[in-house]
Amino acid sequence: MASKKKYSKEMLLNFYRTMNRMRSFEERAAECFTKGMLAGNIHLSIGQEAAEAGAFAAIQEKDFFTSTHRGHGHVIARGGDAKRAMAELFGKKTGYCKGKGGSMHIADMAKMNHLGANGIVGAGQAISAGSALASKILGDDIVTVGCFGDGSTNEGTFHESLNMAATWKLPMVWFIENNCYGVSTEIHRVTNTPDIATRAAAYDVPFAVVDGTDVCAVYEAMLKAMEHARSGKGPYVVEAKVYRYQGHYCGDPAVYRPASYMEDALANDGIEKLGKKLLDMGVTEAELEQIKKEAYDEMMEAVKFADESPYPDPSEVTEDMYTTDNERCVAR
Amino acid sequence: MSKKLTVSKAIREALHEEMVRDDKVFIMGEDMAVMGNVFAITTGFLEEFGPNRVIDTPISEEGFCGMAVGAAMRGLRPVIELMYNDFATVAADPILNQAAKMRYMTGGQASIPMVLRAPMGSGRRNAGQHSQSLENFFCHFPGLKVIAPSSAADAYGLIKSAIRDDDPVISLEHKLLYAKKEEIPDEEYLIPLGVADVKREGKDLTIITWSREVNFSLEAAAELAKEGIDVEVLDLRTLVPLDWDAIVKSVSKTHNVIIVSEEVKRGSYAGELSAQIAEELFDELDAPVERVCGLNIVSPFSPVLEDENFPHPKDIVKAVKRVLNK
Repeated sequence: MASKKKYSKEMLLNFYRTMNRMRSFEERAAECFTKGMLAGNIHLSIGQEAAEAGAFAAIQEKDFFTSTHRGHGHVIARGGDAKRAMAELFGKKTGYCKGKGGSMHIADMAKMNHLGANGIVGAGQAISAGSALASKILGDDIVTVGCFGDGSTNEGTFHESLNMAATWKLPMVWFIENNCYGVSTEIHRVTNTPDIATRAAAYDVPFAVVDGTDVCAVYEAMLKAMEHARSGKGPYVVEAKVYRYQGHYCGDPAVYRPASYMEDALANDGIEKLGKKLLDMGVTEAELEQIKKEAYDEMMEAVKFADESPYPDPSEVTEDMYTTDNERCVAR
Repeated sequence: MSKKLTVSKAIREALHEEMVRDDKVFIMGEDMAVMGNVFAITTGFLEEFGPNRVIDTPISEEGFCGMAVGAAMRGLRPVIELMYNDFATVAADPILNQAAKMRYMTGGQASIPMVLRAPMGSGRRNAGQHSQSLENFFCHFPGLKVIAPSSAADAYGLIKSAIRDDDPVISLEHKLLYAKKEEIPDEEYLIPLGVADVKREGKDLTIITWSREVNFSLEAAAELAKEGIDVEVLDLRTLVPLDWDAIVKSVSKTHNVIIVSEEVKRGSYAGELSAQIAEELFDELDAPVERVCGLNIVSPFSPVLEDENFPHPKDIVKAVKRVLNK
């Protein structure tokens, strides 16, 4: 559904800026990974920028959210600190989690109200529902957004949590980025409904399916969803159809996908589409290039910061296990 | 002054007082509200505290345990119940991967002040999926604290401490203790986590145990006393954090140890304790440490078979004599 809403040039430029920052973060992370500067695994969200930028623009500062193993984009879209996020990928002391969580566990309780990315597919569904339950008990007007992908919607937590959230009218929005692949498995080979969000109907929960390459469409769908949840009417599910340009993890050649997947993806690139729209509105090529350059420079700074930051001291290995009586609890 | 209460009533009183004291505390689980829990622990709570703080969940253990983690991250203090600790297998991810790990993975940002009450134990003829003692399962995962009280007085004081603790605490409650009536002090009190209790002093051998096996150990000790064998019974009360100092003190006095637990013997927490004692207190020992545990089998249904499966006083008496070579 094409957007009817009027957008100022400034708002669209903001989207464009955010989306370029997200992509640049991921590209720089991929470069660092390829150069061997990062240990472990990273899961990139290149191609999903429009969906995430649109969604997070509809989320208020007081709101909470959960994220997934493919969660760097959410942090940038939320206005997180790219330096601390990159440092966490590097396993450095200056990272969001002091290097203890890494790419799959970035969280920020202090500023972003980020209840954590999660390495377990589907875990954030119950955690987001629990945060929404907290809002109901506390009587605040905070909405919790659970962000996750298509793969997790076949976990039991999807159905258990959505059933409870719907029954108890919890202020929760689920934002599903459907990139069609759970690692290598195409969603329609293992799922019987063309759209995922239609499953919400089984729990009498309203839903929307939107083009996740159209930042405005996602923004509008999420605004409506957030308003619904905030007004006490219970949860809402938004499914954004997106493309995952990379394989499951950085370095996965994704040979299991047909060539047409990437052809479609590139023909529908969210950043390119928004760029064209801005050119039509009178923004110059040079202005767009400048935005890309600023994003690149910022993320190069983040890499520099991460690279130059100290690793945690080995003595910190047993810290932060327990809030109280930590030493005795880890001793034996 | 003291009063006589069953263990379930003592837990009820602890929960009630904490809910009155702190409006961040809420209860969630299967059959906790309208029915007031299968062991009558929360009868009347729904009327007193309302449906926002006493919540009946659907049969969705993974879902509601995960929701408790989310609510705890928002500063609430959920007290949730799995009707049987055996159901933790269904809810393993939120308990073991989320609640236990969240603090560390977030570099200390999040804490999960949650209590998970888990009725456990053999002897109720509940067969293979409702009779286990899963101490090893919970103790294995760093991030959890684990209590296993043996008496009404301890259950009251430990659960109050568990609710006030900022880490996730698993409360293993033996189902056959719930109806046991005991004296407990009249005034409010707390029992700190990680402090063991010498239930009986003795000089010949230390029985390290917890939960219902404390009672069996005391019965065995009384039998042994008739034969001139003087046994010390150390009730750990808390498994994590472990009161190692109490173990050192007792073993250094008696020089002989058995560990009594209802767990399946293979991979048990009793085995972990045995290993620690062997590693660190070898010079204090006059004989190898013996574990007195359940068999490496599925908990059977038939009463005749089930009674073969977990330690009774006679088994403890035999083990003590074996270790003392008497």
